[in-house]
Amino acid sequence: MNFDFSDDLKQLRDQARRFLSERSPAKIVRQVLEGDEPHAANLWDAMAEMGWLGAAIPEQFGGAGLGYEGLCVLAEELGRALAPVPFASSAYLATEALLLAGSDAQKRRLLPKLADGSAIGCLALAEGTGNPDPDGVRIRSVGGELSGSKWPVMDGTAADFAIVVARDERGEIALLLADLTEATVSRRILSTVDPSRNHARIDFAASEVEKLGSQTGWPVVQRLLERAAILVAFEQVGGADAALEMARNFALERYAFGRPIGSFQAIKHKLADVYVAIELARSNAYYGAWALASDAAELPLAAATARVSATEAFHLASKENIQTHGGIGFTWDVDCHLYYRRSKQLALALGGPPWWKNRLVELIEMRNAA
Amino acid sequence: MDFNDTPEEAAFRAEARAFLAANAEPKSRARPVLRLGDLGADAVQRCKEWQAMKCDAGFAGLTWPSRFGGREASPILQVIYQQEEDNYAVPRGLFEIGLGMCIPTMMAYAQPEQLDRYVRPALRGEEVWCQLFSEPAGGSDLAALRTRAERDGDHWIINGQKIWTSGAHLSDFGIIVVRTDPNVPKHEGLTFFFLDMQSPGIEIRPIHQMSGASHFNEVFFTDVRVPDAQRLGAVGQGWKVSLTTLMNERLAVGEVHRPDVEDLLELSRTLTLDGVAAIRNGAVRERIAEWYARTQGLKFTRFRSMTALSRGQTPGPENSIHKLVNASKLQDIASYGLDLMGMAGLVMNDDSAEAYGMFQQALLSSPSARIAGGSDEILRNIIAERVLGLPADIRVDKNRPFSQVPTGSR
Repeated sequence: MNFDFSDDLKQLRDQARRFLSERSPAKIVRQVLEGDEPHAANLWDAMAEMGWLGAAIPEQFGGAGLGYEGLCVLAEELGRALAPVPFASSAYLATEALLLAGSDAQKRRLLPKLADGSAIGCLALAEGTGNPDPDGVRIRSVGGELSGSKWPVMDGTAADFAIVVARDERGEIALLLADLTEATVSRRILSTVDPSRNHARIDFAASEVEKLGSQTGWPVVQRLLERAAILVAFEQVGGADAALEMARNFALERYAFGRPIGSFQAIKHKLADVYVAIELARSNAYYGAWALASDAAELPLAAATARVSATEAFHLASKENIQTHGGIGFTWDVDCHLYYRRSKQLALALGGPPWWKNRLVELIEMRNAA
Repeated sequence: MDFNDTPEEAAFRAEARAFLAANAEPKSRARPVLRLGDLGADAVQRCKEWQAMKCDAGFAGLTWPSRFGGREASPILQVIYQQEEDNYAVPRGLFEIGLGMCIPTMMAYAQPEQLDRYVRPALRGEEVWCQLFSEPAGGSDLAALRTRAERDGDHWIINGQKIWTSGAHLSDFGIIVVRTDPNVPKHEGLTFFFLDMQSPGIEIRPIHQMSGASHFNEVFFTDVRVPDAQRLGAVGQGWKVSLTTLMNERLAVGEVHRPDVEDLLELSRTLTLDGVAAIRNGAVRERIAEWYARTQGLKFTRFRSMTALSRGQTPGPENSIHKLVNASKLQDIASYGLDLMGMAGLVMNDDSAEAYGMFQQALLSSPSARIAGGSDEILRNIIAERVLGLPADIRVDKNRPFSQVPTGSR
């Protein structure tokens, strides 16, 4: 049994944690939350320099070749730091879409740019309210030109290009590559519950697009979401862990009724339950990491399990962190709300919990029928 | 990351599999073995025979010193054996406490000649041991126990009552913690012994549980004489010795409880809700997904502990999460199963109840899982204090002589 990260990757994790505690403190998260910049550009550049953006991109395409376990380790630390950067969009979603569906020429053209940070990619899937569903994809390309709207698009104004889930001439689901800097593309920043992460509405008006590879159909979208869900689960676990640590530290410092509030069982038991939820989520995320790294047949089930667990853990940790703090936790100046916002952002980014729970049972049924 | 055994682990697993395949019946998933009532005489005999066979084949006391019949193996091999044995319907329930808690405590504190006398017969299943800890006045607050021992020459005389003692009536020996000095704070006045369960003055009465079964006993002590030579640890050091015993409890491997989430899934395929199979109902699916994710989370947490063991690290207090999660999950799944059955959910007859009445039986037996071996509340305290580093509770009894600590009427 070797169900843990290697010593090398643990070292990477420690380095990443040190780096992010210096470079992505709450002050930086708040600059994006309260300011006009779509992401922390300096932090992003530094991450590019360290080779993180191409962590899972093979070396032949300009990546660092750290592999998926390396990417998972980084994801956990980025989640812990609430890093206000388009990492999930660019390094999981756009990168994975290219790796899964892109032609060799597209990979050669775009992956090196994603790896060195000279381009930021994103995934444009949603068309308003709803969960991932082929019937919800109405935007259509005709003769290589795309018209219609996508919203919300995570990192939609930060990105240079989007992988757009759309219908082709024959009405089939296809992944299209769209240059977002074209004049035919207009973008508007959306106000969201988590302004520390950029979200946009993108309107295409006969915008020139190219098909990503030659695959069509929903399964490739599904696979993309599953692979990203595992990485996002690590972000959620990291964020949940940080929220728990914040609550614990406050419970040790804050006195009420003549004693630290952390000595009251009402607080101790609450935080113990948060710890349990995080450990279960972490273990499920590890299984996801194994499935990603080994490209296992169990990946879809592992991904849905990790997602359900991690979403629950981050939600619980972030809301109980506020509760542990009491009134001060409800103020703008205390960082509790940063975790609370991010937990909901990540919970919805790839489809909400009811959708993933339903998907999980669907996968269990398929496995049992096999 | 991988789930592979090391070559040594793989060789051992193959050896364990071969032994089990040759000597035991594989478990049937369709009709699980439920431990409901007390172990009858037949079951006791089967347990003893199995233990002797397992011991002779070298699979008992794997981590123990070879002079006691062990292999001095790494704890990971113990876990691997347990994983393999879990696939078989072997007779269980008689030796877990003796071999898992009593004898390891003996090994830490008994004299060499006592170990020569007691360890091998216990390992071979010839002698059964029980643990006499809980009392009516000392459950979660174990150190509040009141059974007392008074010195009489080279003997001690024990008077009082223990409760929730599994298998006391089937046991040859027991380990016991008692109060030897009520005039010092509670943790300082305890002393630890082992004793012969046939000693005059011991009376054992089964407890009729809310589930209808009787797994546990009350044990009454009236002027029971125990030689001072059977004291484990110094006088007044009983709490420290007890912690050795309880430490071993945490290493126990997570047992598989039924009904589990797969049973619930199967049930919801066969039942109808609003005219369709219950499994098609969104609310049912959400609950199943949540329990599945928890089940898998525990399974992979166990794999992480195994990895630590395999690398020679010792599992810590974080292992408290297994029972904490499992016990509530069992109770909740059982309850939800009945809810899905609707009006017939209350029927327990083996021949008419869904799933052989497994859900109903678990409904009635699962409350004990949340109390025995560390209640949910104590486990949360352990996690909060020993994992998260939160302060211990303020204890009003801490620096007072035990005799002056307030007590309720019960």
